[in-house]
Amino acid sequence: MWDPAMYNSPLSDSSLIACPDCDLLQRLPEIAPGESARCPRCDVELWRRHAHSLDRPLALTVAAAILYVVANSVPMLGLTVVGHEAFTTVFGGAAHLWSAGWEGVSALVFFTAVAAPGLQIGLMLAILLGARRARPPRWVGTLLRYYEQVATWSMIEVMILGVLVALIKIADYAKVIPGLALFVLGALIFLIAAIEASFDPREVWDRVEWAEKAARQPAAGEPMTEAAS
Amino acid sequence: MSVTALTALQQDLQSCEGCGLLSRPAHGSHEGRCPRCDEELTFRKPASLQRTWAFLIGAAICYIPANLLPVLTTTTAAGAESDTILQGVVLLWSPTGWPLSLIVLIASIIIPIGKIAALAYLLITVQRGSITNNRQRVLLYRMVEFIGRWSMVDVFVDTFTASLVQLQPLMAVEPSAGLVFFAAVVVLTMLAAESFDPRLIWDSASSGEGLHG
Repeated sequence: MWDPAMYNSPLSDSSLIACPDCDLLQRLPEIAPGESARCPRCDVELWRRHAHSLDRPLALTVAAAILYVVANSVPMLGLTVVGHEAFTTVFGGAAHLWSAGWEGVSALVFFTAVAAPGLQIGLMLAILLGARRARPPRWVGTLLRYYEQVATWSMIEVMILGVLVALIKIADYAKVIPGLALFVLGALIFLIAAIEASFDPREVWDRVEWAEKAARQPAAGEPMTEAAS
Repeated sequence: MSVTALTALQQDLQSCEGCGLLSRPAHGSHEGRCPRCDEELTFRKPASLQRTWAFLIGAAICYIPANLLPVLTTTTAAGAESDTILQGVVLLWSPTGWPLSLIVLIASIIIPIGKIAALAYLLITVQRGSITNNRQRVLLYRMVEFIGRWSMVDVFVDTFTASLVQLQPLMAVEPSAGLVFFAAVVVLTMLAAESFDPRLIWDSASSGEGLHG
């Protein structure tokens, strides 16, 4: 049931914010696309405005989704040594650890290198498609909250560095073959960075339907007994 | 700064960690929900200092076996050989390979201990009510948050080395127990950084102005 006491009351001046890093109350200035606003006390970047902040990330996200599928279905690296040949994919690395009895580390590798990047791209796609509606539904906000948590654990760029170090280590005693996935993942790093740099969460939050309103809606259809008070 | 800085806490306002909306809780209440995104609101991250200490102490304990135990075992016809992280760094060191060796040294040994030291310093200064170097301290916190993920490098190096070098009976590489502790250090320090609330750095300075209530 909807309980009005559950929700905080918003301020009448919606440009007032508190700095997330130092709690300083301040008014967010109106800025032009390309400009950014910083906290005067702790210097954190509060907001960077972008032109086309929904269209540009959408195009990049669609491209990222395609690259993600390719990167996870072709070999990432291989080696040949005296007639032996071996290849592995990103998933293959995690799967090998699992079968060798290192389930915990395997799960961590799978989550940070496969699941989290996939979720990150998928959530962003859903957020951008939802946010383009005239009145973005509530689930867009819910997904945006998950997106920020998932992004922390999405570590493709760290994995690529690890793979390069592994390649050089192995090159001492075998001929290593960089696979297609390695190059695709390299491109994916730049795409994900570009999505993050062109997306403006504030644009979504400004337009999304409020939780408080959505919670009140069922009551709107009922007989107007309480509304009179 | 001569300007009297007001914080949301002093004005009984809560800022949403999910969507950034500033809102006022019902009178006398300490928790409510964000009217925009439905997130549960508090003035500060709940039990931030205790939780950060807990993750940090866990990380510090795991850091010891992570460095003393081998992370990889290489089996060849000549027998089995185990390497710790530091031995891996030394093995990589060569006239051409030293930059990578340096990367692994920094990412696997220096960053984790640096993160533990930095977060411990932040926790201690907050608990002592320090009001100096606030900008430097919040900058240190942002660096910890930003750099932390790069410690995962060695986990990926060992994972992909082990999955690729399976050339029985010539040579096989398998992870060893140290890798589990090392992965735990990375995860625990990331969780510690996430549970620390940087606003606590500024609270002592703000409460000195005596505006609350």
